[in-house]
Formats: sequence, structure tokens, C-alpha cells
Amino acid sequence: MRSFLRDAILKGMATVPSPGAGRVALEEVARALGERARRRLGRSLSIRMVDAGSCNGCELEINALSNPVYDVERFGLKFVASPRHADVLLVTGPVTWNMREALLRAYDAMPAPKWVVGVGDCAADCGVFAGSPVVVGPLSGILPVDLHVRGCPPTPLDLVKGLLALIEAPG
Amino acid sequence: MTAPLSLVEAMAGQDVDPDGYARLEVGDAVWEALAAGCAAGRHDLSALWADEGLVRMALSDSERALRAIVSLRAEAGVYPSVARHHAPALRLERAMRDLRGTQPVGLPDPRPWLDHGRWPGRESGARYEFLPVDGEGLHQVPVGPIHASIIEPGHFRFTANGETVVRLEERLGYVHKGVEGLLAGADLVRGARLVGRLSGDSTVAYAWAFAHAVEAALGWPVPPRALLLRAIMAELERMAHHIGDVGAICNDASVIAVHAQCALQREDVLATAQACFGHRLMMDRIVPGGVAADLSPEGIGAVRNLIGRLEATRAEIRRVYDSMPSLQDRTVTTGIAAPELVRQYAAGGFVGRAAGRAFDARKTFAYAPYGTLDFALKTRATSDVDARLMVRIDEIEESVRMTSQLLDRLTPGAIRREPPAMVAGEGAALVEAFRGDVFVSVRLGTDGRLARVHARDASWFQWPLLEAAIEGNIIADFPICNKSFNCSYSGHDL
Repeated sequence: MRSFLRDAILKGMATVPSPGAGRVALEEVARALGERARRRLGRSLSIRMVDAGSCNGCELEINALSNPVYDVERFGLKFVASPRHADVLLVTGPVTWNMREALLRAYDAMPAPKWVVGVGDCAADCGVFAGSPVVVGPLSGILPVDLHVRGCPPTPLDLVKGLLALIEAPG
Repeated sequence: MTAPLSLVEAMAGQDVDPDGYARLEVGDAVWEALAAGCAAGRHDLSALWADEGLVRMALSDSERALRAIVSLRAEAGVYPSVARHHAPALRLERAMRDLRGTQPVGLPDPRPWLDHGRWPGRESGARYEFLPVDGEGLHQVPVGPIHASIIEPGHFRFTANGETVVRLEERLGYVHKGVEGLLAGADLVRGARLVGRLSGDSTVAYAWAFAHAVEAALGWPVPPRALLLRAIMAELERMAHHIGDVGAICNDASVIAVHAQCALQREDVLATAQACFGHRLMMDRIVPGGVAADLSPEGIGAVRNLIGRLEATRAEIRRVYDSMPSLQDRTVTTGIAAPELVRQYAAGGFVGRAAGRAFDARKTFAYAPYGTLDFALKTRATSDVDARLMVRIDEIEESVRMTSQLLDRLTPGAIRREPPAMVAGEGAALVEAFRGDVFVSVRLGTDGRLARVHARDASWFQWPLLEAAIEGNIIADFPICNKSFNCSYSGHDL
């Protein structure tokens, strides 16, 4: 374990500087807020992540957000276990019929005001799974989506830029 | 009771196709005798699927390095159940019935599996009945489909007495996307993209298996450099998940410092993959005919430096792990999967190797370039969380050695060959993903489109063992057991 401390001293900080909010993401969030007149949620957001049929590629990259390189807790972004503690529902996957009810229940369990972020091309337009009869998505047809972070899967930095837009968007 | 028939007997005198599989057409009696042969331990069940009036079984005999795909004509989908003889076929047959309408006669458990009664036109309000559990002082704990952390969805029904689990029953299928349906009629480009997204964590392995099966079907030669690059990508994928999961298992035992170190090393692998191949997970980089991304001279240097750092991290993590009795207290004797069950289910990957099952598709049914590489197939015997973790730490060491050899052999050359004339045909491939062997079978139509693709994830034969491994453990140890298996939901749910 001492070697870990030695590493930390010799190699310096692993965490990357903030990439700032993504411009496109900021515009999308501002639009969503403008249209639905939601108030700004402040500098700290609790996030409940739900996989609604992803291939698990998006989960790998969302998991990476909490590692020492991206460390999103420094921005006030925190993943929580219960939807009752969450401000943001982060959804991956094309939304399968088999996950639809669980997804809706998680959303309904969240206190208002709440935001929905779709992660990955699947959440945006069902991605490669579009056209499957057992897929009910895309997500925007099921829940009001405030922000899409595209990519297959989006990189952790793309995710950070998107999530920062939620915090920094004018209310 | 049907007398068991061995694959070696059934295959007598039969030619083996270029993909390594003999193809046999059998009647009901031989089909059942081969199923009984699986149960008797004569050979392993590798896959089971339906294809245009046929039911087909992939069987393998590791000792003799024999493989066959056995087909049985099933009038109106009716055929003798394999699970009636050999329990590991049960979920495969339940899923096949849901998806293809086959009717396995004598199926021991007629409940649906992937069909949750939600699909349009097939809605059903019928309640899914979990298996009954009787006993004094028992209570049930339902978990999922949405879990507490950032993972895929599935339902776990625990029955416990106090803290001790007396039964875990899994219910899966929540992320069923109908991938095999989408693949029917797709062209090869779309096919490769879809198969590469069956389980994102094994995208390289799946893309390779698909490409390999298509190439076998068409007699499509692959340039030597492309084969080496495929293996480099596959080993990078394996090392990234192994080091990440070693950390995640330690995290479940509250040793966060190890988790952080492993997460940093994992990021190092993914950043190198991004720099060298243009995608962190290397999705869509393996394509039929070769690879879609070359490795530059700088890239070769970057991978070489990376594996030096990886080996240093691996050795240090191993030292730290060995020096922490409090960590081993959580892993040693926790979540033992009985080795007899592991053999019966022919569980691949570290789940199998941790129970002494010396099977690795890279070794047992070596595909190029693995046949010429120097690497060891290491097993453990205790089949607990500790053994599964140790197998993975050992494998990182072997992957580092393999990658070094692969880099040494890279010579300039083409990375992809143009497709030959499209002909109808079929091919199959077995590729070792980080969690175990994945099987992909492809049948091509005359139009060059995919008529039928079947993919079987390693998880099909590992998920049931997790149910057995948790029995007698406390519920609080489920996360660490589950992580030590790390089965794929998406790869299983299709």
C-alpha cells in the first residue's frame, strides 16, 4: 500500500482538468428549460442511472466517471442508489419493452423537479437496435428528455461535458 | 433412460469443415443419445439454437479437440428436449421457445424465459411464478431489475434464513433487444455492428467471432497482419476488464485504494486503445476480411509501454492482495461453485478455470494467431471468489506476454482483403472473450445477406452457477460473488 502513496507523490495528480460544459449540450439544455420553464437545480445534482436495454458499453463509460481520472464528484455530481434521492435520471439503451415499466417506475419515484438525460446513440434514436419489435424507444417518446449525450458509447469526457451543461445552464 | 452416445462415436468417419466443426444430421434417437452424452460428461454442450425447421446443437470434446454442429429436423418446431437429459440446456430451450416458437418435448420447466409478457401482440398478464421454497423462518428478498449501482438490469429473488441464502433464483431478459431478429436479412456491415453490440464489454471478441464465422463461410482469407492486430485488440480488451474487475472485487470488500489503482490502470489501457485504434472499447475495429484500423509505429511503441506499466501494476496489486488478510477473509471460501457443476455446465473463462476446468478457446481450439503463441493456461482448484480473482490476475500476466510476442511479429502488410464472390454457406467460430468463450454461427444466403446468426455468450453457462455459488453464503456477500462472476446481461438477453 505504501507503493500507492509513493506513486501518488511521484506521478502527481491523475485527475484531468474540467473540460467545461459542452456548447451543444448547453444549447440543448437551455432549450429544454426554456420550453418547460423549469427552475435551475443548483450546483449539485444527484444522479440515478438506469440501463433500459444497453449493450453495457455505456455503463462501462458511466462507471469510469467516478474513477480518479474524471472524478465527477468534484463538480457536485453524485450517483445515488435510490431514485427518491435523485434529481437526474440518466438512461441508457433503446428502451426495451421488458424494461419499460421499471424505467417508468424509477422516474415516478423521483421527486420533482427532475431531469432526464439520455446517454448514447441508443437513448437518442435506438441506435443499431432501431426497428426491433421488442424495443419501445427511443427514450424521448417515453419520458421528457432534457439532454442527449450521443456516442456509441460516449467517452467519459463527452459525458462530463454534457453533465456540466446541466449545472451551468442559465435557469 | 436413453443410453449416452459420445461425440467421437457419432463423428466417426465424418469430415470436418474448414471452421473446425463437423456437421451432422441426425434423427431423434441420436439427438437424445448425444444429449444424454452431455449429461454423462462424454462431451460438452456449447450452444443450442433453431434455424429454419432445424434445431441445432454445437458439441465439443475438449480432450480430443473435436467439435460438431448436430442438426435435427423439427417438424413444426417439435423436437425432444435436451434439458430433459442435460440441465444446462434448460434456459437455452426456454429462450428458444420464446423467440422461435420451438416445442421441446419433455422440457422440465415450461415457464417462459426472455418473454415477460410485454411484447406487442403477445401481452400476457400471467404472473411469473418463482420456484417454491419451503422451510421454517424463511423470508424472501426481491432485488432488481434496477440495481443499486451502475450495472445492467436483472431480477434476483433471494430466499434467506436470517442472513444465510438458501436459494437464489435469477430472472433475466430485461435487456432483450431482439438482436437475432435484427440480424436476419442484414448485410455484413450491419451484421458486424450488431454482433459487436451484443455485449459491449466483449465487443472485440464478438466482432472477431462474427468475422471469423463469415470468413469461414465464404473462404475469405485474412492478411497475417490483421490476425495479429485482432489478437492485440482482444488482449487489450481482456486486460482492461480483468484489471478493472480485480479492483471492483476489492472495492466490494471495501479496499478502495486497490480499486482506485486498478481503475487508473484500466483508464491507461482504454486511453491507449483510443490513441492506437481510435475507440476506447475498440468497437467496429474488427470487420470481416481483416481489421478497420492499423497500428502505427508510434502505436506499437505506445502498446509496448502500456504493457510494461500493466505488468508492474499487476505485480503490485498481487503483492498488496497477498499482504491483506482482511481482504482475503472476504474472498477465500466465499461463493464456491462446485467443480462438478462447473464441469457439467462447461462454464468457460475464469469461472471454469478457477474450478480446475482447463478450457480456453485460445488453447483448446486454438485459432490464428494463438496456436503459435507461447502462453500458459493456468487453473485454480478452489472455485471461490479468491480463485476467480487469482485466475484473472494470472491471465493479465499471460496477456502481457502474448501482446509482447504479437508486437514482435508485426510486419508491414495489408490489414484487410476485399470480399470474395458471395455464396450461400455457413460458418461458426468460438472466440475467447475476457469472461469466457463466445460462440457465433452464421448462415449466409445467396444474396450475400445474413440468413441466420446465432450468438451464445459465455454467461449462459455461468449465470446458473452463480445461483449455486451463493447458496449458504450471506446476502451481504452477494455483490462480491456477483462481481467475481461478472456475467453479461446483454450478452445473455440478446
